[in-house]
Amino acid sequence: MKLLPGGIVKPKTTVVNKTGAWRTFIPVFDEDKCKKCGICETFCPEDCISIDENEFRHPDYDFCKGCGICAEECPADAIEMKYEEKE
Amino acid sequence: MINEMQILEGSKAVALTVKSCRVDVISAYPITPQTHIVEDLAQMVADGETDAEYIKVESEFSALSTLIGASATGARTYSSTTSQGLALMFEVLFNASGMRLPIVMTTVNRSLSAPLSIWNDQQDSISVRDAGWIQFYAEDNQEACDLLPIAYKVAEDKDILLPAMCCMDGYILTHTFEPVEIPEQSLTDEFLPSYQPKYVLDPENPLTFGAYADPSIYTEFRYQQHDAMLKAYKKFEEVVREFEKVFGRRYGLVEEYKLEDAEIVLISMGSLVGTMKDVVDELRRDEEKVGILKIISYRPFPAEKIYKAIKDAKVVLVLEKDVSVGMEGGLLSDIKSFMYNREDRPSIFGFSIGLGGRDVTIGDIKGLVSRVKRREAEEFEFLNLRREVL
Repeated sequence: MKLLPGGIVKPKTTVVNKTGAWRTFIPVFDEDKCKKCGICETFCPEDCISIDENEFRHPDYDFCKGCGICAEECPADAIEMKYEEKE
Repeated sequence: MINEMQILEGSKAVALTVKSCRVDVISAYPITPQTHIVEDLAQMVADGETDAEYIKVESEFSALSTLIGASATGARTYSSTTSQGLALMFEVLFNASGMRLPIVMTTVNRSLSAPLSIWNDQQDSISVRDAGWIQFYAEDNQEACDLLPIAYKVAEDKDILLPAMCCMDGYILTHTFEPVEIPEQSLTDEFLPSYQPKYVLDPENPLTFGAYADPSIYTEFRYQQHDAMLKAYKKFEEVVREFEKVFGRRYGLVEEYKLEDAEIVLISMGSLVGTMKDVVDELRRDEEKVGILKIISYRPFPAEKIYKAIKDAKVVLVLEKDVSVGMEGGLLSDIKSFMYNREDRPSIFGFSIGLGGRDVTIGDIKGLVSRVKRREAEEFEFLNLRREVL
């Protein structure tokens, strides 16, 4: 793809650009501790936490930047930030 | 076709020319000695003499930022500033050139604080040399006007798309009344077609300008700007030929004055050249082989034209109203840098002159020519330094 002078791009680049690659720490959700309160989803600045049919929450690792806000806010300590090993 | 010669203040002549370029959006913040230009334009908008939008802002940073938005929608845009105002625009200058928006701005040349000075030198525009803007310098008010439609036509070309700065010396040009020809609107319309960019900001077809570029692609964007500036060299020559056909006045990237057999070549930019021409006329009467190379286009830099003009000279004197503190003048450095790898190299001397509005007289210039001839000049010096106060 040729560059358009001026750095001009069409919308939806954020769908293509997987910003999860910027992450250093990864949130790991523990369903045994989760109370399904939804606070993690409310606070997530990327709005990338979704709910499954059993009301458990799951971050979208393609876009989670590992900021740790969900882990900080979780009242049940059900989210642990772990150093993410990358190839 | 009637082109009436009028006696106009430089600022008024520039404002009338901006109007004739059918500018869509003007945004500027008043600052001495640019004020008359934007006051005149504001008056024309208020009186309904032009359809342009005049967007009032609280700073020069906002003025240029406003024009970035306007230009991205496809509007033809204009601003004017000077000195501290240009310094405040620094960040935005790079955004305008990086987004490849052909904004045109009159930079009224004024010294930078501190110490506070409202008077003329060219430190402001020389200091933003690397911002990716085309830079032209006017010797007189006719040039300050004519370079505007030329700047729009070069800047808006689809292969160029760079912003352009038309520089004119504060007070010496802006506040001086001179005979100026403001062409008939029909002539300007014939020369300057409307701006039709390929990509525009439009809610129906959203785009992002100046998006994020990571290290894998940033270099290529910078190269595109560099390449466009090199292309602007040829484009300028094409555009001034068209300008001459329509308006009858001829311009070049440089102007040669009595250079044919010149052994001593004086180089400068802006209104100083007018005084230098009088000096050369006097010295020629005394059979001194002296000539002038005037630089109109500082960016794109006319390296080959300068080389051709000075290669057979014995000595070159670069006179400029700026200094890269601790080094030498900017124009001097640029000329010396490309001459280094050439075979024929005259001796090159540089002088910082007329800083902070100090008058430059015929005697000053004659004096430095004779000092260089007597081998008394240093490679670079501040001319007429008052050693008694140091």
